Amino acid sequence: MTDVVTADAALEIDALDVVYRVRGRDRQVLRGLTLNVERGEAYGLVGESGCGKSTAALAIIQYLPRNGFVRSGAIRIDGRDVLALSGSELRRHRATAVSMVYQNPGAALNPSVRIGSQVAEVFKVLGVTGSDADDRSRAALETVQIADPGSVMKRYPHQLSGGMQQRVIIAMALATDPALLILDEPTTGLDATVEAEVLDLVAGLQSELKTSVLFISHNLGIIQKMCDRVGVLYAGRLVEEGDTESLLNDPRHPYTVGLLRCVPRGGVRKDHGRLDTIPGFMPNVGDDLPGCVFASRCTLAEDRCRTEEPDAHVVGLAHLSRCHFHDRAQTLPREFSADLVLPDVDRSGAPLLRFDDLGKVFAQGGHDVHALVGVSAAIWPGETLGLVGESGSGKTTLARTLLGIIAPTSGAVMFDGRDLAGTLGKRSASDLRELQIVFQNPDSALNRRHQVRRILRRALRKLAGLTGKQADARMLELMHSVRLSERYVSARPSQLSGGLKQRLAIARAFAGDPKLVVCDEPTSALDVSVQAAILNLLVELQAEKRVSYLFISHDLGVVRYVSDRIAVLYLGRLMELGPSETIYDGPHHPYTEALLSAVPTIDGEARERIKLDGDIPSASNPPTGCVFHTRCPRRIGAICDDVEPPLIDVEENHLMRCHIPLDQLRALQSDRTSLKSTITTT
Amino acid sequence: MSGMSEAAAGIQPRERDIARRETLRQLAKSKTLIAGVLIVGFWVACALFGSTIAPDDPLELTDVVLAPPSGAHWFGTDALGRDVFSRVIVGASETLKIAPLATLLGIVLGTTIGLITGYFRGIVDESISRVIDAFLALPLIVLAVTALVGLGSSNTTLIIVIGVAFTPIVARTVRATVLGERELDYVDAAKLRGEGSGYIMFVEILPNITGPIIVEATVRLGYAIFAVAGLTFLGFGVQPPSPDWSLQIADNYQLLSSGTYWWTVLFAALAVSSLVVGVNLIADGLQQVLDR
Repeated sequence: MTDVVTADAALEIDALDVVYRVRGRDRQVLRGLTLNVERGEAYGLVGESGCGKSTAALAIIQYLPRNGFVRSGAIRIDGRDVLALSGSELRRHRATAVSMVYQNPGAALNPSVRIGSQVAEVFKVLGVTGSDADDRSRAALETVQIADPGSVMKRYPHQLSGGMQQRVIIAMALATDPALLILDEPTTGLDATVEAEVLDLVAGLQSELKTSVLFISHNLGIIQKMCDRVGVLYAGRLVEEGDTESLLNDPRHPYTVGLLRCVPRGGVRKDHGRLDTIPGFMPNVGDDLPGCVFASRCTLAEDRCRTEEPDAHVVGLAHLSRCHFHDRAQTLPREFSADLVLPDVDRSGAPLLRFDDLGKVFAQGGHDVHALVGVSAAIWPGETLGLVGESGSGKTTLARTLLGIIAPTSGAVMFDGRDLAGTLGKRSASDLRELQIVFQNPDSALNRRHQVRRILRRALRKLAGLTGKQADARMLELMHSVRLSERYVSARPSQLSGGLKQRLAIARAFAGDPKLVVCDEPTSALDVSVQAAILNLLVELQAEKRVSYLFISHDLGVVRYVSDRIAVLYLGRLMELGPSETIYDGPHHPYTEALLSAVPTIDGEARERIKLDGDIPSASNPPTGCVFHTRCPRRIGAICDDVEPPLIDVEENHLMRCHIPLDQLRALQSDRTSLKSTITTT
Repeated sequence: MSGMSEAAAGIQPRERDIARRETLRQLAKSKTLIAGVLIVGFWVACALFGSTIAPDDPLELTDVVLAPPSGAHWFGTDALGRDVFSRVIVGASETLKIAPLATLLGIVLGTTIGLITGYFRGIVDESISRVIDAFLALPLIVLAVTALVGLGSSNTTLIIVIGVAFTPIVARTVRATVLGERELDYVDAAKLRGEGSGYIMFVEILPNITGPIIVEATVRLGYAIFAVAGLTFLGFGVQPPSPDWSLQIADNYQLLSSGTYWWTVLFAALAVSSLVVGVNLIADGLQQVLDR
């Protein structure tokens, strides 16, 4: 291409104001956003939902919704003023200069067009025809490390896994050699292991092709891994910007400080204390904010912050902070938590819940899918058992089977010394009361037509047998215990924020003083600052009521924070079960090891990434021998392919399903260099 | 604006009743809906107050037979000397009693069956759905005529026949909506606190599917008016001497062939079509807003 070398940055955004017109009123979404993405640079834009990240991306490609428009400011890509482009120029510009990768690859691909034709379309827009377009499509798919492009091109999107779909999208985005590549939460819907693969791919391509990248994410760990510089967006304003290392290690805006503290990391556990939270809510879109946008939630704020807009102070090399008190930002008060007394778990006594040899087979399209195979474990009163594994590993099936929503095909569940019936219809009122759930998505879990009062009173009536005044009194107690203000009693779920909805869902689960609550990814739909508050709440309730949790999450930092013991599932089988610390510190099962290494952290000590080949196999046709052998980076030989290893006690309280003896695993896993050589040879 | 009082009420203004207000606002802005409401409103007013508005008694026989439209008789007179204008004004009242009641019956029965088949699925769904399929394969008019011949013609029979004929159609729409709704976690949450199926269907799920049901009801109302008109024309519906539009058309359509007495049929025909069009405009307007 005609690569004219200019001094222009790949992307320049200058004092950009974007407003949405809602009901005749202009609501400002972006407030004077100024940022540059230099050539070959990866720039990370972080912020919580509603901060304007996606609006910024849409403004850059000039694809704002019909009621949104740029009020003032400038956007230049590759030196060209995007706002001045005419319709046909804009089309040309989108075809060549800028590409975007969206969050949900399944929705970004046309389900009824074969991959080959979809990729070729990108080239056809550029004027490449016939077999040339096919050849270039093949090459594009090879670039994103798709091993067998020929066969992938013949397939339809639904025949590819999420990770493969996202690779195809990235291939299409890079095909035109764009001046700017925008990635909007590209891995949010993917499993940790797949996410790691996609991120590795993007990082590799970025350094190889010198593409300029605007990386939008809510995950600071990913940003640290991927980006040279990072900007923190809050309520439409860039509150801090700087070199990734310096911003994450030396944050100079209270919001950034708070955001970094909310994430459970560095191995913190619930007995170390509460997580920090950011109190309050983000201002509403379009609110008039005369002073600092963060002032209403900032514990350091003074009168000046509420009236006077802070300038962008230079606080270091290319490090800007929009805070009057940037030098004091890190003195933001911490959460104080001396009063939290967690229950002692006595594992010599009888467990609260025990399930033995639990199996579940679904009939699907003529063949059997073994969703759970011989899973056994126990949960003691007052403890949290974490449950981790990729999607398709059987986590949710296990939870639903225990709850009685689906009946197990084999095995038995004992609860509090009695046998639990397989289905809900046969369970007693006390079984129902004592075993409850908090779902992942409160929007789905709460009836959107029912008011808070009705939701809680009905739960109290059915689970606690309370009516009338008693129910009202208990309802207020419940709301108080989940820190849900009384003024919301007549609100419907749609009137509550995500965090408040989840509090309401938790209150409902606790209506009958349950002994065990299944938490199925209870924070994965929430922002990190809200997540921290919800985790604190769950831990406080455990301290107060001695409740046990079965805690399902794909976020290993979160699981580590709340769990006493952790179970690792793969293809419906228990691969490892042990105390939280043992599972994290090792020696661990090779699958656990891979899962842990896949998580991008902001702790500095980057783990050596262990690549897993391919996707999780189909549960309808699981591999022979050890089910993990097809992807295992530590496979030792034919025994792994032929003989399924038993789940045995490898040390006290630590069960593992692996042919490799524990000592050998310990040696392997303590030696990073040998690990590296293992990877390169496989 | 009311921003301050909302904030004081403690519920975030951004969230407060946003859905409902937005819906009402869009409904008020829908030209289709407004046109429909005006047309239907006009005929409802005529049906209610027609006897006072009408210049003549619609049933009164006079010697002025088959007079063309004039200052004295705007729409002319029919073969029995009755004033066509007065008959058109009051001619909606029977239809506007029968059609909404038939629709209501169809919606209630259809919603119940749709909830049951969609919620239970499995064998319950299979058996009921096959019966519904068989039912849908028969033309409505054939079913209706058979039933009316068997039961004898009366307004009550007409309501029952049309309502029952609509039931499977409504049931199918409701079932499809319930299938999506029952996958939401609040249904599992209800089961987990021991709610019965009836409670889950009618108290948990039903309030969440009112949008599609309202749309279906308006669409059905249009068809119900059509069905009443058709059956009346065939002689199975409203009986003489009612000034019902379809009855007017049935009584006079043979005069059309002469080419002279067009006014005896045209105005009634225009009236019945405008009512159906009006109802369908309402249905379209509602659908655009409620069925997003």
